[in-house]
Amino acid sequence: MSLLRVNDLTVKFGDVTVVDGLGFELPKGGSLGIVGESGSGKSMTSLAVMGLLPKGALCTGEISFDGIDLNTLSERRMREIRGDRIAMIFQDPLSSLNPYYTVGTQIAEAYRSHRSGVSRRAARQVAIEAMERVHIKEAGRRVDDYPHQFSGGMRQRVMIAMALSTEPELIIADEPTTALDVTVQAQILDLLAEVRRDTGAALIMITHDLAVVSEVADTVVVMRYGDVVETGSTEQIFSDPRHPYTQALLDAVPRIDDEIGDLRTLGGGS
Amino acid sequence: MTRYLVNRVLGMLLVLFLVALFTYMVFFLLSPDPAVQICGKTCTPERIDQIRANLGLDDPFPVQFLHFLEGLFLGRDYGTGASAVHCSAPCLGYSFQSAQVVTDMIVQRLPVTAVVAIGAAVLWLLAGVIGGLLSAVREGRFTDRFITALTLGGMSVPNYVLALALQYVFVVQLQWLPFPQAVPFADDPGQWFLNFILPWTVLAIGYASSYTRLTRANVIDTLSENFVRTARAKGLRPHLVWRRHALRPALTPIVTIAGMDFAGLLGGALITETVFGINGVGKLAADSITKNDQPVIMAVTLLAAFFVVVGNMVVDLLYSAIDPRVRAGATT
Ligand SMILES: Nc1ncnc2c1ncn2[C@@H]1O[C@H](COP(=O)(O)OP(=O)(O)OP(=O)(O)O)[C@@H](O)[C@H]1O
Ligand SMILES: [Mg+2]
Repeated sequence: MSLLRVNDLTVKFGDVTVVDGLGFELPKGGSLGIVGESGSGKSMTSLAVMGLLPKGALCTGEISFDGIDLNTLSERRMREIRGDRIAMIFQDPLSSLNPYYTVGTQIAEAYRSHRSGVSRRAARQVAIEAMERVHIKEAGRRVDDYPHQFSGGMRQRVMIAMALSTEPELIIADEPTTALDVTVQAQILDLLAEVRRDTGAALIMITHDLAVVSEVADTVVVMRYGDVVETGSTEQIFSDPRHPYTQALLDAVPRIDDEIGDLRTLGGGS
Repeated sequence: MTRYLVNRVLGMLLVLFLVALFTYMVFFLLSPDPAVQICGKTCTPERIDQIRANLGLDDPFPVQFLHFLEGLFLGRDYGTGASAVHCSAPCLGYSFQSAQVVTDMIVQRLPVTAVVAIGAAVLWLLAGVIGGLLSAVREGRFTDRFITALTLGGMSVPNYVLALALQYVFVVQLQWLPFPQAVPFADDPGQWFLNFILPWTVLAIGYASSYTRLTRANVIDTLSENFVRTARAKGLRPHLVWRRHALRPALTPIVTIAGMDFAGLLGGALITETVFGINGVGKLAADSITKNDQPVIMAVTLLAAFFVVVGNMVVDLLYSAIDPRVRAGATT
């Protein structure tokens, strides 16, 4: 059985349909890339899975997570899944972290809200371990720092630490590298691949950048105007794109292999 | 942090010095000759000259200003010989009209002004924050529109109209409140408290209205922040999302503004104190303006500036304690 099955998902704002009968499947521990141009409904799809669609959105269709239909689940039960079994990483790590609290507090908060009877101390320890797992140096000291004291890449590492602290079965990353500079992008992608390997979590990587997809995804869903244009394994999409739109997206990314090679060498040092 | 503090205090002293200099200059240049005022109706030019010499009014501006500063820090004497009046530090001047040291006049009136300011601040903060939260939670619905309409009214009615209207309704017509009489707290705490209800309300209504709007706007803005979305994505309970991630960032700026407004009010609420016959610093200022009692006007102006500048600093320090970004900036 697949971990996540999305079937005929439709999201509307009044008369405007932003996701239109979308469907895809993700096996346990698998990784799926969702690509598409800006406004194609990628973020709305991920927010629909999280049950975090903005006010005024009407969501229909089936979102089956481990056999549970998330779309008909009560808000209470959904909250238990959110952040525990499904975690999300957002595009802009600075604005996604609350400036008033230390990163340790914010990581621990995720963990504590899903495990009853965890002391502050124990949660802090979990936060430090999570930070170590995302390779933040001197985690024991930095756990008490505030988000503004970190660089962009380090902030995104904090977000990832927050996501993996609860050992989720699914991590949704919505353009996690878009706000970062190129060398840091490669490091974050490597980190996400490593996290997947170590924890066995499934990953949905949302991006408009096919180079990113080729890094982390086994399967690719190409979206346009809220619907799937083409689905296939990453190799198939890259070597033999069926749909002209996919072809166009591929053409927009010149020399993908070279570029990734370059990034690797640049990012490898630190 | 210590260096920051020292810098802030030095900066504050400089500002206060400039304010004092400027105020003194204005009054020095504009004021009618105090000697004439002191001299009264049956006055001869010789007598005026004598008073001028006596009070040092013949001295050039810098000398007079230095005397003023000296009085502020060390105290000074007005006049010479047997008729001399000692004014101990901090000496804010001498009112020839009421034959009193200005510092004493102010110190007598400061407590009641503080009572007015504190009561009003408590009221407007409570009303403003609660109203703003309600409005934000019910955004776009009836409650929100109703509150917004109220605040519009609250901001546009001038205080003296409000004061007179409330007095007419609650004292004259409904007789829910007694006719205001100055009673010391110790004699009749009940009456004392009732006396303040209307002044507090009148002062609070304007502030409460703008605080309501500010709170509403801040809360709505904060709720659309990405970090609130992150908090939800973590699966936090709604009350925690609100308390930790929405309210704290939304209400922090309000603390700042409340501090400033409060400090401003310590300088006296001119209109409200006058209308309600409260003998505070505001009424003192109003009376002195009517009587053209220069030293008092100047002292009250300085006092208000002093509160604003000090309040400003206290608020900044407070802010750096609650906002980690400011705190970090302060140490580097
Ligand atoms: N609150 C809203 N009300 C109405 N329409 C909205 C709202 N939020 C988003 N949309 C619309 O939904 C569509 C899909 O948005 P979405 O954010 O999912 O795009 P995206 O594929 O993530 O694009 P990007 O690459 O720019 O992030 C867009 O056309 C957007 O204008
Ligand atoms: Mg998006």
